[in-house]
Amino acid sequence: MGKYIIKRLGISLATILVLVTVVFILVRLMPGDPFTSDKMTPEIKANLEKYYGFDKPLIEQYFTYLKNLLKGDLGYSMKYKNQTVNKIIEDSFPFSFDLGIRSLVFGISFGLVFGITAALNRGKKLDFISIVIAIIGTSVPDFIMGALLQYFFGIKWGLFPVAQYLGFKHTILPAIAVGFYTLAQVSRLMRASMLEVVQQDYIKTAKSKGISSFRVTYKHQIRNAIMPVVTVLGPTVAAVLTGTFVIESIFAIPGMGKFYVQSVQNLDYSIVLGMTVFYGAFLVIANMIVDILYGLIDPRIRIAGK
Amino acid sequence: MENNLELKNLNRTEFKVVGKNIEKMESITRPNLTYWADAWRRIKKNNVAFISLMVIVLYILMAIFAPMLSKYEYTAIDSSKMNQFISSKHWFGTDELGRDLWVRVWRGARVSLTIGFVATIMNTVVGGLIGGISGYYGGTLDSFIMRFIDVMYGIPRLIVQILMMVVLRPGIEALIIAMCITGWIGTARFVRGEIYRLKEQDFVAAAKVLGVSDFTIIIRHLIPNIIGLIITNLTMAVPSAIFSEAFLSYIGLGIAPPECSWGVLTKTGVKMLRVYPYQLFIPAFFICSTMLALNLLGDGLRDALDPKLRGTE
Amino acid sequence: MDKIIEVNNLKFSFKTYGGVVQSVRGISFDVCEGEIIGIVGESGCGKSVTAQSLIRLNPEPPGFFEDGSIIYKGKDITKMSEKELRTIRGVEIGFIFQDPMTSLNPTMKIGKQIEEIFVQRKLYDKSQIKEKALEILKLVGISDGERRYNQYPHELSGGMKQRVMIAIALVGQPSVVIADEPTTSLDVTIEAQILDLLKDLQKKTKTSIILITHDLGVIAKMCDRVLVMYGGKIVERGTVDDIFYNTKHPYTSGLLGSIASLETEKDVELSPIEGTPPDLFSPPPGCPFAARCEYAMEVCYKKMPPEYELSEDHKTVCWLQHEYAPDIKLPCKNREKSEVL
Repeated sequence: MGKYIIKRLGISLATILVLVTVVFILVRLMPGDPFTSDKMTPEIKANLEKYYGFDKPLIEQYFTYLKNLLKGDLGYSMKYKNQTVNKIIEDSFPFSFDLGIRSLVFGISFGLVFGITAALNRGKKLDFISIVIAIIGTSVPDFIMGALLQYFFGIKWGLFPVAQYLGFKHTILPAIAVGFYTLAQVSRLMRASMLEVVQQDYIKTAKSKGISSFRVTYKHQIRNAIMPVVTVLGPTVAAVLTGTFVIESIFAIPGMGKFYVQSVQNLDYSIVLGMTVFYGAFLVIANMIVDILYGLIDPRIRIAGK
Repeated sequence: MENNLELKNLNRTEFKVVGKNIEKMESITRPNLTYWADAWRRIKKNNVAFISLMVIVLYILMAIFAPMLSKYEYTAIDSSKMNQFISSKHWFGTDELGRDLWVRVWRGARVSLTIGFVATIMNTVVGGLIGGISGYYGGTLDSFIMRFIDVMYGIPRLIVQILMMVVLRPGIEALIIAMCITGWIGTARFVRGEIYRLKEQDFVAAAKVLGVSDFTIIIRHLIPNIIGLIITNLTMAVPSAIFSEAFLSYIGLGIAPPECSWGVLTKTGVKMLRVYPYQLFIPAFFICSTMLALNLLGDGLRDALDPKLRGTE
Repeated sequence: MDKIIEVNNLKFSFKTYGGVVQSVRGISFDVCEGEIIGIVGESGCGKSVTAQSLIRLNPEPPGFFEDGSIIYKGKDITKMSEKELRTIRGVEIGFIFQDPMTSLNPTMKIGKQIEEIFVQRKLYDKSQIKEKALEILKLVGISDGERRYNQYPHELSGGMKQRVMIAIALVGQPSVVIADEPTTSLDVTIEAQILDLLKDLQKKTKTSIILITHDLGVIAKMCDRVLVMYGGKIVERGTVDDIFYNTKHPYTSGLLGSIASLETEKDVELSPIEGTPPDLFSPPPGCPFAARCEYAMEVCYKKMPPEYELSEDHKTVCWLQHEYAPDIKLPCKNREKSEVL
């Protein structure tokens, strides 16, 4: 197990390093001077140039950049005067995180329930319904889902607030919009996995013991079927986070995604780059945690890595 | 004994030893189909997949011909006809600048579908080659490529695409490049895994022992065994490319006006949602139905092309 | 001896896209108390389907009983509800599966899998249950039971896993154990150990065993009586002596001719049975073996032969027993030469 974790950790660190390097190179490749924009005041520009050490050789700039990153220093915003990127992330991340967690909980729990129900009622109405829901979930992009939910449930029928993020009621529509894709993925996968497991020999063994079919389903089928679902949780976390990008701007939630999209549009490079590094590192770590978690749950990996 | 009567009616001449009957012995009563014939039979039988295929073909034809056949130009602004609802003159209405949405939707289809298919096919070819070489030859090259892929795989695709688009500036070519930078990795990983698994199998070993060349093994043994999976994978990847285009255009990085794509139309639609919801519903319908059709077709292909599922229903 | 299971004219089929596959086409046999009865035949002859239908483990649908009954202690298993079946499975009839590698739940500890039989039955309290599990582990020859109890299947070797499978089948003290090719996936030395263990346990527990195999060597070593199955039917039945030394069906004779033993002279050629079993989508009207049978007569292709009774135990389904048929001496094992197969 220890070896497995170390290997996983190594890959993750390498990934982050590559990400940071790519980001650094891309800054240099940006058309024109990345620090030129009409929103730039001379003192900020001077600040930034000093900050990145533009007068020094490229390799030195790279290490300065790495050093700043290691200190957790992401630089200054170009649009929001004298605001550091760190401060903006600090203020906005909690909203994104909250929305992300809600979406994940919604998507995974409903996805599992739908997938299991579908598999247990294979070929019947419930199966059909959950397949339809899953297909809609994979075919409707989250920003369209968000806009449609907002239009019908918010504007037209007035059931939920249209924007802002002030209480539980405000969180429902955005969380559904972001989590729907996860729901679809998880339920599809869980259904397939359940149907695969039910054909395994050990299910017959369990049946031959004369235990109730509920117990066969619960202890043998679901328990084993859930394993492969855990492996998609990493990519799922990524999907949820990117989902928050646009959903936040649709529902005017002051999270990171909203700032990110705005900064892309405003060409506020330092926020884009800072947040990219932050997002990237966050996802890599989330992925790693999921992988390690998987190792902990599945006894086959747990023992093999001993 | 129930057939006592019959037993009594037996003729002594019937008891002459005639021996084996090899032909009868090997007779197989089920219809015998080739792989592709069986796959085609199952696709045709699968109404959902078949209709999906038709929808996609229809959209492609419309994307090619509809803009040519309309009397409107997709960039033509007409300030006297802003935000008009669906009418006999403007089949999908007009947008905030008075542009005809019917033409814009099909022009958008051209852009979105081109990006979707071109990016995916490029990714599949590049990923398939790299994955195939890595899996087939193995060794140092393989472990080098695999470590590289492990590292690259962890970087979220969308983030790379966003950064690339910031650098490259909006445009169709830029989008395709941005999608190809990381898009091949998934395919490479999966092709490599499959090839690695296949080459360990006895039929490949048998071919090697017989002195069959690498080239022939790849062409005759490996590719036929993996082509179904690749086609399925490709079909499933097109929707995600279309989604990426729509997403990037939506946040203002994909396609820049006056060029239009389904993503651009969605973006305008969301802006106008409160007052003119049809401006979102129409492009949303086309994005969703395309993704739906491709997903369903992919599902159908997976079942039809999976040799393990042959002859089952 | 008392009969425990009576199978009458059992027909079990599967629905598939190409039509109905008739896997078991009307077989009858009994299982008596404390005996080991073998069912032998090649792949696809319906022996596994027969075994699994005895406690209804075949998936239904697509599988279904076309006809017949399985009477266990006066009750017909083919007509039982899921709830009634649960009272039979595990505690009345145990089952040992073919492949121990895939037949144990990979995410559940060995001990838990053995104990599971008691979980919903309230026969013993918790500490007694664990004692039972450890006891049975010892009985099947696993010495460090306490340690194995907390291990997962992948930590055990193949032979060890099959011992666990046997423990699961026996822990409920069933009166019949069905062993479906219990040694096919094991290597030869382990096979011998497992067979010895089964025989030993059978003596201790007085359980009846239905042993499914394609290996006549296993039959010779283990069984009292033998059923030879071909094409979904029983073609010959009898004691081990009848089957080996007084073979009366060309298929049985063919099976005997295709196996080697230590006593096989080096110049004796093994003669495999040519061809493949019939396609059970549309079984032939006559004897299913006719097309592969050296001695096939015209009648064999047209009509299914009846069962001829040669002695109380020994029966065969073959036209060669008909009065009109030529007198043919089927090759079989020589009693003097081959003591052990």
